[in-house]
Amino acid sequence: MKSILQKAAANYGMIGVLLLLCVYFSAMTYTDQSPAGAAGAKQVAAELARLGGAPQVLLVSSDQPEDLEFVTSLAKELPASGSRVVAAARGEPQVAREALQKLAAAGTRLDAIACTQTAGAWLLFADLAVDFPELGSPRLITPRSYRWPNFLKAENLLNIANQIAVIAIMAIGMTLVIVTGGIDLSVGSLLALSAVLAARFIRDEAGGVAASPMGMILACLGAVGACGLVGAFSGWMITRFRIPPFIVTLAMMLVGSGCAFILADGQSIYQLPDSFIWLGRGVCFGGVPNAVVLMFLLYGLAHLVMSRMKAGRYLYAVGGNSEAARLSGVPLTRVLMGAYIVSALLAGLGGVIMASQLKSGSATYGNMYELYVIAAVVVGGTSLSGGEGKMSGTLVGAFTIAVIQNGMNLRNVESYTQKVVLGLVILGAVLFDKMRHRA
Amino acid sequence: MSGGVPLLAMQGMTKSFPGVRALRGVDLALAKGEVLALLGENGAGKSTLMRILGGAHPADSGTVEMEGRAVDLATPQASRQAGVAVIYQEFNLVPGLNAVENIFLGREVTRAGWVRRGKEREEARALFKRLGVELDVDLPCREFTTAQQQLVEIAKALALQARLLVMDEPSAALTSYEVERLFGIIRDLRAQGIGIIYISHRLEEIFRIADRVAILRDGVKVGERPIAGITRPEMIEMMVGRELKDEFPQRRTVPGPVRLEVSGLRRGRAVQDVSFSIRSGEILALAGLVGAGRTETARLLFGADAKEAGEIRLDGRTLVIDSPRAAIACGLGLLPEDRKQQGLVLQHSVRDNFALPNLDRLAPRGLVRRGAEREEFGAYVEQLRIRLPHQEERAAHLSGGNQQKVVLAKWLARRCEVLIFDEPTRGIDAGAKFEIYLLMNELAAQGKAILMISSELPEVIGMADRVLVMHEGRVTGEIAEARRATPEQIMQLAFA
Repeated sequence: MKSILQKAAANYGMIGVLLLLCVYFSAMTYTDQSPAGAAGAKQVAAELARLGGAPQVLLVSSDQPEDLEFVTSLAKELPASGSRVVAAARGEPQVAREALQKLAAAGTRLDAIACTQTAGAWLLFADLAVDFPELGSPRLITPRSYRWPNFLKAENLLNIANQIAVIAIMAIGMTLVIVTGGIDLSVGSLLALSAVLAARFIRDEAGGVAASPMGMILACLGAVGACGLVGAFSGWMITRFRIPPFIVTLAMMLVGSGCAFILADGQSIYQLPDSFIWLGRGVCFGGVPNAVVLMFLLYGLAHLVMSRMKAGRYLYAVGGNSEAARLSGVPLTRVLMGAYIVSALLAGLGGVIMASQLKSGSATYGNMYELYVIAAVVVGGTSLSGGEGKMSGTLVGAFTIAVIQNGMNLRNVESYTQKVVLGLVILGAVLFDKMRHRA
Repeated sequence: MSGGVPLLAMQGMTKSFPGVRALRGVDLALAKGEVLALLGENGAGKSTLMRILGGAHPADSGTVEMEGRAVDLATPQASRQAGVAVIYQEFNLVPGLNAVENIFLGREVTRAGWVRRGKEREEARALFKRLGVELDVDLPCREFTTAQQQLVEIAKALALQARLLVMDEPSAALTSYEVERLFGIIRDLRAQGIGIIYISHRLEEIFRIADRVAILRDGVKVGERPIAGITRPEMIEMMVGRELKDEFPQRRTVPGPVRLEVSGLRRGRAVQDVSFSIRSGEILALAGLVGAGRTETARLLFGADAKEAGEIRLDGRTLVIDSPRAAIACGLGLLPEDRKQQGLVLQHSVRDNFALPNLDRLAPRGLVRRGAEREEFGAYVEQLRIRLPHQEERAAHLSGGNQQKVVLAKWLARRCEVLIFDEPTRGIDAGAKFEIYLLMNELAAQGKAILMISSELPEVIGMADRVLVMHEGRVTGEIAEARRATPEQIMQLAFA
């Protein structure tokens, strides 16, 4: 029994932690939810249908867009269920009072008043039987509220995924590098460099605001490719001259950031076409953001490479014991070069996505991202000493960080406090990992 | 030893490591101002004894007395306090600190927390004067030659008021001129009443510097004589003196035509102009002492280190070998000396380890064919009788013998034509040893060329067809019929 628990902890430990965090934040954000718009309309229509007969209905709502949607949807639904709309009041309570007075004066029988939740709480409706006895006894029907965690609302979950997509994509490359026993500190700067380059290419070469899709694609590929070259340079310094990866990529972090500022002239480049936001803000099937789809595709591919391909085996072997790997015929230089190039390319891709999300390119993007990326990898259970780690772990690690940040935002935790908590969580995750290995 | 209380008296020293009894009740005594040479084959227990003296490994049992007083050498600090200084082959100097700082490291002369550099320097100068050498004490140690670093180590020992100095192969990396100077210093120290234990493989040096010789074999002291009362052949006989038991399988392969030809292999001082050839179905043994250049030769052959010169031909074709990958592509395989550091990725599964050199074949389009991998490894597990709970077992959890079989399976699956076995049975129990020997014979019967490096003379004589003996980077002799060789004959060549 104990060994099963240990095994579970070893294989699924971080997923457990992530789920616990989700449960915690769900519990903490469990509040009243009032359906509005079309959803609310549907519910009210069903309620009216249950009244039976052919109820005569007054529609009441404020003139907020969501409430208006509620009313229009309801007006469309009601005739089908046999109800008859006798009047509609939109706006202040005063408007509704006037509508009631008019109906009372006309001696119309009123069976129900359908209104939004906010409107349903108006004082006007508190004493209908006394104020307007002529109307009969109309029932006040509002969409019923229910309790559901803010955290678990679909839009919040998609928001979490979208927020972390860039870091998670960069963490794929970082996992490759860390599995070989190295580190890549340059990814944050390369993100900025790529964002600036892509924006500049589009502004200066592809026709700025009027750029064609093909022009934008080429500009982005150019920016990502430039990052790849920087990665190749880092890999070359590391393999050819045996300079520690920490130092090489630290240097490239400064070089990359500096170049980004020089190229951007210290400003943000925003002369981009509206269609440029397709990658970062666009959605496809069922409202899933494109960046999130891309992230999951890349993770699937990376998982395949790491677990099923020769390249993955080589990466693990180099990180586990580079001498034994070399003596077994593993091409050490090519493997390491590959890891740093892929890491840089993905950082470049992250830059393009971020430029697309914010519809501009600036050298200030990606500040400190390398640390969040490393944190995601480490929290995901990849050992900094190399040779171990899983892609799925990194994805879980990235989501753990995102969930903590999102949860604290929902709970209105100050951003400084968030940093403290995040730091402690990273420490806790690594401690957990150590204990796990000792077991 | 003439009367009085001996400087050092060790009695009944024993020490075991998992699977090995390194020392089995060794007694050793040393008088003030005496130089005792400690001799023995690789693995005889010299290093263990030295580490016990230095407090690096506490002994399992036995007593140590310094000048009649019992001392406990549980830690390096305790050993230093007892007046013992050990100079290991790998020096214990901080490369970036200068001679003075190294000498006083850990016991700086201070006043109110401030290091009194002037005083330290003065004392260091006095020490070097006592040693009769001039040394720029302000240079960082990394800029010193090996001989100069050794002097700093000796000065450090003197600064600690050591009364017993243990030196492990002190002459190994010195030029002949530097060795002369070292001997001069040793004689001076002896005259000052310091006892010295001198460990060396160079017998001629021992005759020049030692007063007495103690010889260890398999963790037991097999002899102790004053230097005047022993001859060189006697020394070697005592060191080797082991019977050849029936521990090697019979083999009836007649070597065929020459397959591997190596000529003029060279790299620095480690490998100097080494040439040999191996015939089809032949096992060629490389014998010699540790550091003679045998492993280095194998690494050059396999492309693990870059050779400065030399040609390698297989079946008449010249091979271009500039990396292990190229060597493997040419049909070579290496079972390295240190399985754990060089042969296996310990934290990975045995199957992943097995597949590593075979991925070109098992993953033809980049995607690993896991079924084929599992099946093929399973076949080798059965054939080599590797004992495994499952194929996903981590390599680290296997016994030495099973680990070696996994390494062997890697190369069998590649169908290598030339196999290099570097210390194939080190740290392996007798049963697994015999199985490895059988496999080597079977490979030879298939017409492969096999190079075996071994420090165990019985293994060399029992397994090889031919023996090449190396000494200090050169081939110093060849014994055409290994079966008729004697350990004494090989050792004579190894000590050159």
